[in-house]
Amino acid sequence: MPALLSISGLHKSFGAVVVADGTSFEVAEGEAVGILGPNGAGKTSLFNLITGALPPDAGTITFGGQDISATGAAQRCKMGIARSFQVPQPFGGMTVFENALVGAMEGAGLRGAEAEAHVLSVLDDTGLLLKANVRAGTLTLLERKRLEMARALAARPRLLLLDEIAGGLTEAECTALIETIQRVHAGGTTIIWIEHVVHALLAVVERLIVIDFGKKIAEGPPKTIMDSAQVKEIYLGVDPDV
Amino acid sequence: MSTATVTRATRASRIAMIIAALALIVLALAPWWAGRADLRLMGEIFLYLSLACLWNLMAGYAGLVSVGQQAFVGFGGYMLFALTIFGGLHPIAAILLAGVLAAALSVPVAALIFRLKGAYFAIGTWVVAEVFRLTFAQISALGGGSGTSLPVGIVKSLADGRSAREALSYWLALGAAVTVMACVYLFLRSRRGLALTAIRDSETAAAGLGIDIWRTKLEVYVVTSAFTAVIGGLLFLQKLRISPDAAFSVNDWTAFVIFIVVIGGIGTLEGPIIGTLLFFLLRETLADFGTIYLMVLGAVAIVIMLKAPKGVWGLVRDRYDLELFPLSYRVNTQNKGN
Ligand SMILES: Nc1ncnc2c1ncn2[C@@H]1O[C@H](COP(=O)(O)OP(=O)(O)OP(=O)(O)O)[C@@H](O)[C@H]1O
Ligand SMILES: [Mg+2]
Repeated sequence: MPALLSISGLHKSFGAVVVADGTSFEVAEGEAVGILGPNGAGKTSLFNLITGALPPDAGTITFGGQDISATGAAQRCKMGIARSFQVPQPFGGMTVFENALVGAMEGAGLRGAEAEAHVLSVLDDTGLLLKANVRAGTLTLLERKRLEMARALAARPRLLLLDEIAGGLTEAECTALIETIQRVHAGGTTIIWIEHVVHALLAVVERLIVIDFGKKIAEGPPKTIMDSAQVKEIYLGVDPDV
Repeated sequence: MSTATVTRATRASRIAMIIAALALIVLALAPWWAGRADLRLMGEIFLYLSLACLWNLMAGYAGLVSVGQQAFVGFGGYMLFALTIFGGLHPIAAILLAGVLAAALSVPVAALIFRLKGAYFAIGTWVVAEVFRLTFAQISALGGGSGTSLPVGIVKSLADGRSAREALSYWLALGAAVTVMACVYLFLRSRRGLALTAIRDSETAAAGLGIDIWRTKLEVYVVTSAFTAVIGGLLFLQKLRISPDAAFSVNDWTAFVIFIVVIGGIGTLEGPIIGTLLFFLLRETLADFGTIYLMVLGAVAIVIMLKAPKGVWGLVRDRYDLELFPLSYRVNTQNKGN
């Protein structure tokens, strides 16, 4: 399979803090990849670099065969990259429906009734349909996280970037979330998922990438990675719970 | 299985539209029922309402907090005088052309000030307005620093007789307010308006969902500047006299407008209407007290900003979930079966 996303030699630092230190990896079309790493490792920064929210200091990012290193964030979304924000950024004054409609119209380029129908089905999938008319600013944190995913899905991405959306869920909610993501993945969407809730991650992804201090320190099949000494050291005390 | 439908109008918005249509008919007939002074005051109210709607779109939605829109009010005013006196244009044609010229002028201005962020942007807009003021003060053909009056011949070309002129001036102001409100409403209701509203709430998320922030802001800036210049032309068509200090007054054309938008409810379509009514209510009741009036305005602004940061309309909307202009989408879910 050809690489959908290809990152090579990516560098980014904020003064003395290095968030990407020569990071390189590829993600194939249709793949689901998990990203692990301790707090402050540079995981969210990596998403910011992929989506264009942050300009890299050096390195290239190609998507669908095109060099997008200098492409603006909006254009990257239109090309098919959508993400959820770890710290939710809802359009607080707009309803849940309208939040997702922005993704459908601007990201996916849908119009009119087609856009509305798409949003309704995404809200149904993510369990937000009954909250459709609620102002996003009044949602709870968990609902906001769900809205992050709904909005990204509404943009009909080829590559979906999920940033810690499973934290704080009950067992049943977590199972439902895993099922939703599996469904999206089965529909052909490529996924990169940053998640500290390791058992949820392992239920979906086919490959893991481990990042520490902006460096990729391990990459491979989930089982191999979870068993490696390096990862155990970083995640000392974290039970993979598989 | 549940089916859902999407609608936009609400009962409140339908009632509001009917009331607005009736009010518009009554207002259009004002030259027959209102006195000369009232007509002038209402004309001024409509022009302030227009300025407030435009500033609200720019600052409240696009996040362009300008304190320099007097640049375009003054520019529009001066273009009315220059294009009629030297260009021989009819005043209404001059005012429309002023809008086109302001749109063209706003592009290089934007290229300059859009590099500035936050407070620096605000200061930048004010500096630009000062440059405009100093430039027009240099033009001796327009009276330099002391200004000039609209020649009698041009004033008479508007309509025969003073009352006909005043009625026309009133209708122009009413027409401008209706046009501005309708344009802002239709824009906000469109796909581009949804995108602009998203920018209002989170630029980061808006960019991530495919919205070109810079281009959207530029469009809003150009369009609001053009309309602001048209309103400026109408304001000075009422006054018939212009000077750099009056044309580029930061107090008259920006401070009062910001007051109106902030107390009414920034980032809402209804806010500027409520704010304009409150502002003129205060101004007319306190008119006899001189400077106390400004102190009361300041006190009202501070109290509202502390107690109701979203303005009077924000309070009403949050409490009653009201919307007079049907911008929202409403999802109606009916459960089939069970
Ligand atoms: N815009 C910024 N300016 C300065 N420093 C930043 C910026 N963004 C991130 N950082 C810093 O870079 C480091 C990596 O942050 P990042 O959010 O990428 O970590 P993370 O791996 O996502 O962590 P977490 O698991 O806590 O979400 C942190 O030390 C953070 O403080
Ligand atoms: Mg993070």
